[in-house]
Amino acid sequence: MRTESLTLGYGADAAVVTDLSLEVPAGRVTAVVGPNGSGKSTLLRGMSRLLTPRAGRVVLDGTDVHRLPAKQLARRLGVLPQGPVTPDGITVAELVSRGRHPHRGLFARFSAYDEQAVAAALDAVGMAEYATRPVQALSGGQRQRVWIAMVLAQGTPYLLLDEPTTYLDLAHAVDVMEVVHAAARDGGRTVVAVLHDLTLAARYADHLVVMSGGTVAAEGRPADVLTEDLLADVFGLSATVVDVGGAPAVTGQESRCGRAATGGSWC
Amino acid sequence: MSPRYEGKPTPSRGFRLRGRWFPVRKSTTRRGFGVRRPGLGVLLAGLAVGVGVVSLGVGASEVSWRELGEVLVGGGDAGTRLVVLELRLPRIVTGLLVGMAFAVSGALLQTLARNPLASPDVIGVSAGASAAAVSVLVLAGSAGGVSGLAAQVGLPVAALLGGLGATALVAVLAAEWGRGPGFGAVAAGRVVLVGVGVSAAANSLVSWLLVVGDVNSASRAAAWLAGSLNGRSWTDAAPIAIAVAVLVPVALLFGRDLSVLVLGDDVASALGVPVPRTRAVLLAVAAGLAATATAAAGPIAFVALVAPQVAQRLCRTDRPPLLTTAALGALLVVTADLVARTGLELAGVGPHELPVGVVTAACGAPYLIHLVGRRQKES
Repeated sequence: MRTESLTLGYGADAAVVTDLSLEVPAGRVTAVVGPNGSGKSTLLRGMSRLLTPRAGRVVLDGTDVHRLPAKQLARRLGVLPQGPVTPDGITVAELVSRGRHPHRGLFARFSAYDEQAVAAALDAVGMAEYATRPVQALSGGQRQRVWIAMVLAQGTPYLLLDEPTTYLDLAHAVDVMEVVHAAARDGGRTVVAVLHDLTLAARYADHLVVMSGGTVAAEGRPADVLTEDLLADVFGLSATVVDVGGAPAVTGQESRCGRAATGGSWC
Repeated sequence: MSPRYEGKPTPSRGFRLRGRWFPVRKSTTRRGFGVRRPGLGVLLAGLAVGVGVVSLGVGASEVSWRELGEVLVGGGDAGTRLVVLELRLPRIVTGLLVGMAFAVSGALLQTLARNPLASPDVIGVSAGASAAAVSVLVLAGSAGGVSGLAAQVGLPVAALLGGLGATALVAVLAAEWGRGPGFGAVAAGRVVLVGVGVSAAANSLVSWLLVVGDVNSASRAAAWLAGSLNGRSWTDAAPIAIAVAVLVPVALLFGRDLSVLVLGDDVASALGVPVPRTRAVLLAVAAGLAATATAAAGPIAFVALVAPQVAQRLCRTDRPPLLTTAALGALLVVTADLVARTGLELAGVGPHELPVGVVTAACGAPYLIHLVGRRQKES
């Protein structure tokens, strides 16, 4: 999967992502990080066809994503957008089974194959014993895992996840990222996840893409990309990067003074 | 991924995992009714037809059960046949169809707007249809009332156009522009607020028409506005029958996508649903059903609001089930009509008939208050 000179924007406003070309490594977890407003979520919306590009294209297995019929795309590309709606009274198994929607024929019933996909997805996120519970009775982390199971049940070789760990505490975020990582490692899926936690991204991603001002500021192996210079350049952070078990971790974060965005008057 | 499910999965409503059975389609989280969807729908449909048959035998001229039976199998004397087949049957069939149409329309709108208050009588669809229909009644009617072509074709067509127009207006005014492609993204709260506004505008047009129209047409229009099945003939039943026969299957076909539309527009499009097109089709179907029903029987209040919510609670689903809702709507309207026809007489007031809309409003208003109160508690 790759993007070619992608330019994205909303309505008549200025473009949020400009001329972005990106190659996503197959069968790996790619994390997209960057400061707020750097265009990482917009990029994901463009890649998943939730947003039509102004210029450029998104190529999936050699075809332009925007030329594929919606249902065919949904059988190849699973997307977990931000802010999905959990209807009142829906159970875990019911919600996950909705992921099979793109595979539904005109009059086909829920098949044994669909059931297996739902069971496997619930198992993968460790929510099998909650199958009959209402989703609204679950904790935030469990709920997020159920939504990821919904996308896994879709059975697509490609997965795009927009901030799957937002609003989760560290333990739950780690849980969710374990699931995401396993989807790539055990399921052979290509995963692209927008993340805001740099350390989490560095720990679970095979490939790290750092965005700034609508373009790619750096990309590569997390250990190569996540440096103190980069943090200073892109995030305006003077921080220390330490090695934790082979993955870089960001510590001692401190906002660099004099930067307009952080309010220069305080310094 | 290495799934560890045991045994051969059986193609039914659930799946087996680690020796336990997990139903997928039916919510098993709460005990109680435990009624399955198709069974309940069939039961309600049967009840609706049953009440309809009882209703055939009840009225000003007495028809015994034996006579009714004879007429229904093709016998009976001419007078009884006239009363049952030409006076009562079209009225009851119209009632059943109108109930189905209003209920399905409400179910579609409530699901699309993700708001239980978004029914055609609240968001202005019925009001738009009423305004257009009253225009025909008042402006096209000579002193003798609307007759001929204006009544048979003009009224339903005008109501349809009025209903579609009001729906389009609400959809355009409530849409969140600039986010995502095309017409769409109707926000839950906004659609009700805008709809109430459009409804008020249409109703003020109706009031103005009633004032400027001549006394006969205006009183005729006023009776129609209360929602009445009184004196409905087969020519009144035909348009609504066509609308139900055409639009309900379309609703069922596109309604399959509602199961993922309730998860949000982004999730739905990610699951391969062309959201703007599906939403536009379903909105048009909902408007068409409500408008034709309004043309046939006037804006019968609250059926579209109540039936979907009650059906959803009975079936314990995450959205109103369309067929069960349709059956419940039909049951509500024929029952309300039976009460409207006989209630005052049974109460000893005398042989007066109430418009069916008065009965549904009397039952529906407390429910609306309950619904609004519950939503306020939740938010």
